[in-house]
This record gives sequence, C-alpha cells and structure tokens, in this order.
Amino acid sequence: MNQIGFPLVSLIVWLPALGALLLWLLPRDNTAAGRIVALAAAIGALVAAVPLYILFDPSQAGYQLVDRVGWVSDWGLYYSVSVDGISLWLVLLTVFLTPIALLASWGSDVANPRLFQGLILLLASGMTGVFVAQDMLLFYMFFEFTLVPTALLIGMWGSDERRAAAIKFFVYTFAGSVFMLLGIIGLYLIHGQQTGVYTFDLATLLASLQLGAIRIDPLIEQLLFLAFFIAFAVKVPIWPFHTWMTTAHAEAPVSGVVDVAGMMLKIGAYGLIRFNVQLFPNAAAWAAPAVGVLAVITILYSAWVAYGQSDLKRLLAYASVSHLGFIVLGIFALTSQGIAGAVVQMVNSGVTTSALFLIVGMLAARSGERDISSFGGLWGTMPVLGSLTLIMVLASIGLPGLNGFVGEFTILLGAWLSPVLGWGFVLLAVLGVILSAAYLLRMFRLVFMGEVPAERAAMPDLQGREAIVLGALLVPTVVVGLYPNILFGPMQVTMQQLAQTLTQTLASR
Amino acid sequence: MIEIPPIDWSVVLQLCIIFGGATALLMADLFIPEVRRRVTGYLALAVLAAAAIAGVAPWGCRGHTFSGTIQIDSFSLVLNWIFMLGAAITIVLSFDYLPRHGINRGEYYVMILFAVGGMMLLAQGADLVVLFLGLELLSITLYALAGFAYPRTTSEEAAMKYLLIGAFATGFLVFGIALVYGATGATNLAQIGAVLAEGRIDGENRIYLMAGAAMTVIGLGYKISLVPFHMWTPDVYEGSPTPITAFMSVAGKAAAFAGMTRFLLTALETQREIWVPILAALAAITIVVGNLGALTQQNVKRMLAYSSIGQAGYILLGPLAASERGTEAMLYYLLAYTLTNLAAFGVLIALEARGEAAWNLSDLGGLWQRSPGLAIAMAIAMLSLAGVPPTAGFVAKFAVFTAAWQAGQAVLVFIGVIVSAIAAFYYLRVVAQIFMSEPTREVEISSDRVLAFGIGLSVIAIVLIGVLPARLLNLI
Repeated sequence: MNQIGFPLVSLIVWLPALGALLLWLLPRDNTAAGRIVALAAAIGALVAAVPLYILFDPSQAGYQLVDRVGWVSDWGLYYSVSVDGISLWLVLLTVFLTPIALLASWGSDVANPRLFQGLILLLASGMTGVFVAQDMLLFYMFFEFTLVPTALLIGMWGSDERRAAAIKFFVYTFAGSVFMLLGIIGLYLIHGQQTGVYTFDLATLLASLQLGAIRIDPLIEQLLFLAFFIAFAVKVPIWPFHTWMTTAHAEAPVSGVVDVAGMMLKIGAYGLIRFNVQLFPNAAAWAAPAVGVLAVITILYSAWVAYGQSDLKRLLAYASVSHLGFIVLGIFALTSQGIAGAVVQMVNSGVTTSALFLIVGMLAARSGERDISSFGGLWGTMPVLGSLTLIMVLASIGLPGLNGFVGEFTILLGAWLSPVLGWGFVLLAVLGVILSAAYLLRMFRLVFMGEVPAERAAMPDLQGREAIVLGALLVPTVVVGLYPNILFGPMQVTMQQLAQTLTQTLASR
Repeated sequence: MIEIPPIDWSVVLQLCIIFGGATALLMADLFIPEVRRRVTGYLALAVLAAAAIAGVAPWGCRGHTFSGTIQIDSFSLVLNWIFMLGAAITIVLSFDYLPRHGINRGEYYVMILFAVGGMMLLAQGADLVVLFLGLELLSITLYALAGFAYPRTTSEEAAMKYLLIGAFATGFLVFGIALVYGATGATNLAQIGAVLAEGRIDGENRIYLMAGAAMTVIGLGYKISLVPFHMWTPDVYEGSPTPITAFMSVAGKAAAFAGMTRFLLTALETQREIWVPILAALAAITIVVGNLGALTQQNVKRMLAYSSIGQAGYILLGPLAASERGTEAMLYYLLAYTLTNLAAFGVLIALEARGEAAWNLSDLGGLWQRSPGLAIAMAIAMLSLAGVPPTAGFVAKFAVFTAAWQAGQAVLVFIGVIVSAIAAFYYLRVVAQIFMSEPTREVEISSDRVLAFGIGLSVIAIVLIGVLPARLLNLI
C-alpha cells in the first residue's frame, strides 16, 4: 500500500468502469438517469484526481502513490499502478476530458445512448490505466483494451464508411502493438535470465538497466527499441503510419465526442517516452536522427494535406497529426526541454484540438454539414462561438499568451539544444508552425468570415450546455498560456533525472 | 498359472466411472421415451460430474497400474478435467440442437462419454499401445458422431471423409509404434526413454526409431490437424453437426496433444535436438497456413475450422518448449481455447434452424440488434481467439510465446506474433459484422435457455480466467 493508505490511483482508474457497470443495470430507455449516472462517474474520477494532484510530491522523481497487488506471482506479474511527473498531467487530462466528452454527447441524438456512454466510460478507464500502469504487461493490457470500445464507438455510431474505418483502426493498431508484446517478452526474459528475477515492473527494470545489473547487447537493445517503436509509431501516429487516424477521425461520430475521448489522449507519444527513451537511451540516441526526420515529415506533410481539406473533421485530423509530429520531435531531442515540452504539448494539443473537434460537432449538429464550403460569415450570427473558435485556433497555432505556444516553443528549444538533432530540424519544423497558421486561419476565415449563406443565417449561438463544455476547455487554454509553470512544475524533477541519464548516455557514446 | 499383477483401482477410477456410466446409460436410454430424451443428456452430465469429482482425491499423487501402462499425475488430471468440461458444455449445447435437426437419439450422449473415455486414455496412457487404444476409441466414436445428422448429405460426407483420413492416420500410428518397438524393444514410454538415454541405439535401429517416431507424430498430427495433415479439417468441420464440430475442435484436439506431449517429452526426451526443429517448422507452417486460410472464408464455420488449425500451431509452441512452463502454457491454452471455441460454436448453434444453415458471414449482420446476448458472446469469443486482453486467449498466447522464447524459439515466436496480427483482421470482421452492419435476412434464433446458459457460462469463464489466471496456473 502507498503512503496515504488508500488506493487513490486505482479509484481514478476504475470509477468510470464502475459507472459503465451501473449504467448497464439501469433501464434502457431511461435516458436522463443514464446521462446523470455516466456524468457522475466521470466527475467522480475528476474529483478524485484533485487529491491526487495535491498529494503528488513534485520534489520526488520516482513513482508515487503506488497501488500494488500480486496478480500472477509466478510470472512476476503485478497489478501495479502509480503516477510520476510524466504521467500525472496525462491522467489529469484524461479525467478532465471524459466528463466534457459525455456532456458534449448530450447534444447529438444517438441511438442507444446508454451503450454509447458506457463505452466512453470504459474507454476512459482504459486510457487512465495506460497512463498509470507501472507494470509492462498491465500497460499492454490497458493499451490493447482501449481498442475495443474505440472501434465499437466508431463502427456503430460513425459516418458512412464507419465499418471500414473501425476495422482499419483496430487492425492497424493491433498489428503495431503485437510488436510491443515481442519487446515486452524479450525484455522480461533478458532481465530474468541475467538477474534471476522475472518481473514486468518498470521501476525494477529501469533500476537494473541504469545500475548496470543487466547488460543488453547493443544490437538486441536496438531490436527491442524497434519493437516498441513500431507499436507506438503506429499509435501516435507518425508518417507513414498515419492513415488509420485520419480515416478514424473522418468517420468517427460527427459530434466529435469519440475523437475527444478516444484519440486526443496521446498514449502513443507517452509510450515513446516511457519505454523507448527511458528504457533504451542508447538505442534512442542511435535512432533519434531517423525519428527526427520522420517527425519533420509528419509535421510538414500533414500540415500540407490539412491545407487542402474541405471536410472540417479531416482538416482537424491532419492538424492533430501535425501536432503529434512536434511532440515526437520534442521527445527525440532527448533533452529535458524537449521531453518536457512534448508532455506539455500533449496536454495542450489535447485541450485545444478537442475543443475544435467539438466546435465542428456543434456546427454539424445545427446544419447537418461539415464541409467547409457550406459555411461562411458565422461570426455575425454566432458571435460567442466565433470568438471561442478564434481563441482555440490561435492557441493551436501557437500564439504567445495561449497554451499552444508554451509547448511548441519548448520543443523547438529542446530540439535546437539537442546533441542528436540540431538547428536543421528546427528550421523545418518552424515551417510547420507557419503552415498551421495558414490552414487553421483559412478554416476560420471560410467558416466564420465573409458572406453568410442564406440557409445558415438563423443558426443559434451557443447554448448553456455547450457553453459549459467550451468554457471548461477555455480555462486551461488561458491559464497555461499565462502561467506555464503550473504544468512544468510537477514534472521538473522527473525530467531532470531523465535528462541526467540521457546526458550520461549521450556523453559515453 | 498366470499371475495377475495387482491393480491400483484409484488410478483408473475416473476411467471406470466414464466407461461404466456410458454402458449403463446405453441400457437406461432404452427405457426413456423420446419426448424426454433430455433426461439421457442430464444423466450423461451426472456421469461426467461424478468422474470430475473423482479426480479431486488423487490430486497431487502420482501412480501407475496395469503393469505401468496407465498412469495418473497432475498433467493427466488437468487434461481429464478439460475433456470433461468440453464434453459437458457440448452436451448442454446439444439439447436444443438435436430435436431441431430431428436427430434426438440417446446414443449421441453415450458416444460422447465413450469419446471422453478415449481421451482420458490418451492423457493417462504411459504405453504406446494404450495411446493407440485411446486414439482409436476417440476416433471411432467421432466418425459416428460426425455422421450423426445422417439424413443430411454433408454430414455423411464429413463422416466418410473423416473415416478415410482417420484410417490413414491410424495406419501411420500403428506402423510407427511397430517400428519404435522394433528399435527399442519396448512400448512403454518411460522404458523407451530409458533405452534411448543409454544411447546404445545406432545403425539400422536408429533409422527404424526415427522413422517410427516420425510416423507416430504424423498419426497424432492428423488428429491435431497440423499442416500438412490438415486437409480434412475444413470439410469435416463444416459437414458435421455443429455441437460435434465444437467437440472435435476442442476436446479431440486436446487429447491428441496430450498423447503427443507424453510421447515427445517422456519417450523422446533425449532426442530433443532432432524433433524440436522439425516440429518448430511444422508449427510455423501450421500457424501461417491456418490463419491465411481463414482470412478468405465467408462461411463462419469454415473460418473457425481454419482458425482452429492456426490455433493448433500456437498450442504446439507449448510442448516445443519442452519445459515445465511450456507444458503449463499448453494446458492453459487448451482450456482457454476449449472455452472460447465452444462459445463461438454455441452462437452458431443458436443461429441454426433445421435444414437451414446460417453460417454465412452476412447472416451475422445486425445480430447485435436481434440478440444482444449472443452478439456479446460471439464478440468476446472472437476477441479471445484473436488474443486481445483481458480475455483468456491473450493470457494463453502470452504464456506460450514466453515459454517458447525461453526455450530459444525466438524466430518461431516472431512468426507467431506477426501472424496473430494478420489473424486479428478476420476475427474482427466477424465482430464488425455483428455490431456495425444491418441484418440481411431473417434468421430464426433459438431461445433455448439451456443453450444460452452453456454459452453464457463459457463466456464468463473466458473473461474470468483471462483476468484472474493466477489460481489456475498454480493448479496446473
């Protein structure tokens, strides 16, 4: 048991799943009760996350608030969950986005809302589990489990090509992640054979690797690195593995709820930090230039394609992939600034892109359209929504004073200072920033400025519930932009320690 | 005066209950009117339950009897339980199926019991002759059961095909046993092992031994449906009555694995360098061919047949590891696979009305709207076959991969992992069809409660042993 004698992290993980179970016991046609139960479970997890933030000790580097129970002791498999400086904010983001997604789903009239909300809650449990799992195999289980509700959500409530998109999503990610299973088994056996201790525990493995208790042949290390990298590169996604994500975003329910709950949480990028960089720093340094090139291609290619999109959801999908390119670039800068910037950008991009997806959902709910050319001049008819959209667009572009700037700037700084990447990468990435301004402002101009088409003249502005949804997302956008230390503070010590290991590794090469 | 060695009845208690019960049931069935045929089935379940309970007392003991030809240990006890579980669920799944297809006859249940007896002989056999006896008893009952829906020509075809191929396989097995006996002078597995350990088999005898061992493995390989001995599987599985297909695909396969594991790990332990690479190659081909074959199937029953070939390849990774962990992994896999396949076939049984097969992938369309329970059951079964956590199928795959890699079969594990990613596609296609497509035609769904109970039980067990495998693994 942990220092507070209460399984707080487990509570946050399982509360949404418990809510899903309760939903299932409710009568099917009682929509109102279902909504309240689902939202209560999600808000419960959010409330439980407040003491998590308070109790988290930012002056310590390792895993905190550990819940650990033997699971299959013969194999050295434990149910063990905890948070550290890297995962804390991602957990907070997950529990923050879940009630927002649920609240946003009230607007769209979906068939069988009870199941829809239940799957969102299960997804939330799975996502939180990914971020808190401290045991490799447990991580893998959560990672894989998130596929099932997401695929069902896309495939059952999505647009015309939903079935193909759901299968593509599942098969792509599953195919990538089986390589991770290979990596997990490999690392597990190497550790077991060299030390006699068979374990999946990340803290133990990390300690053994850092203290030199086990030695891995460089070639084997590179293979293990690649096994994990393939899984996460598909999940992130990095070009050329990105097609599942743009299809999934395009076919996911138009309300944007599933995009927010299922794809805005950067579990792929998190995996890159947690496994590829932390466990295999040598191989990470070996691969960094190549990954940097892929990241820059991801940034530029997606931004270029985004500019040409007429479908709003596809446009945002490519925008999101482009942001992920920045995150990967930051991670493989292998500097404390780069990685910290990546984590911050994971949170910020999660907030702002979520808001944009939900805004598209709101526009679609009013007009039944999501094609960019069917809108125009909406700022006049919907001033509040227009202004909020502008703020989110500017945040997403990286305007100083809003949250997007903080992450992007730190990533570029980290990449510049990086011993493995350097200014060339930064120069190209900056082009991505400019392109993002081009496609997002173009989107804003075409939708909110110019002439209003006659049939759009009567579109109502934000309603109460929608205002709450977007208002909640506005708070972190502004607060983080003005006071970025709120994000950097808790992860500082963890980052320093990580950077120290990386510097040593890079120096000894 | 011939002296009969003392017999330790506790070793063969389970076998006695099964055979005695089956014989008694055959007579009792004469007095049960056709409208109450289910009573025979319930009595068969009672026999299985009694035999299962009889396995509790000898737990942890080791022993043998009949001059060391039949033995008992935890390996065989666990397998016996898996066989009986498979048989019991098969019987439960059959209650509704038999009358719907007009084949409601009591011999059906009796033959299942005899088949279980044969399987137990395979698991408990310590002598090649007993292994042969068990395999024949199992096969002959399965030939009859495959053709049980005899007015249907496909069922007859299946039985005929199975019989011909089975006879062929038997030929291999008998000839193999004869050659091994000729080379070593023994049929007892432990004795063969001891003779080989001395290392005095050389020259001609060595060739006989190798040829004999290969033929024995081939004979068993037919039953497991290892590639290239798998050709019969899709046709026989498609034509047989669906509960029997389920039974063949799980219990029959498990029994053949039991015999093969005994033969390889007891008799041929010392020859590991020779058989491990050969069987590793066979496992790799089996995994690839089975799963690629399933990829193109539109008929769900045939797809499951190919899938079962692929799964056999994965199970073979267990004995290949030739370690305690490998055997443990194989047993866990067999249990997980038994439950999963029974659940999947159970759903097909529920969809199958008389004389009209609803096995096409499109018949599953929109199942979610028509019958949510069956839809969820099929989805969980498919995810378990694909190896998605938190189902039993995932733990099983993980266990065999780890064991095989530990034994140095990294390449084989690599192939297995890649193919499992490809296989996810066709399993998921079924799930997508169920949840994301509209129904194409009206398929009558069985509303039998016992059937639903059988499927439900299997599905709950799949998730339960997937989430909490620890106790079970300790047991094994």
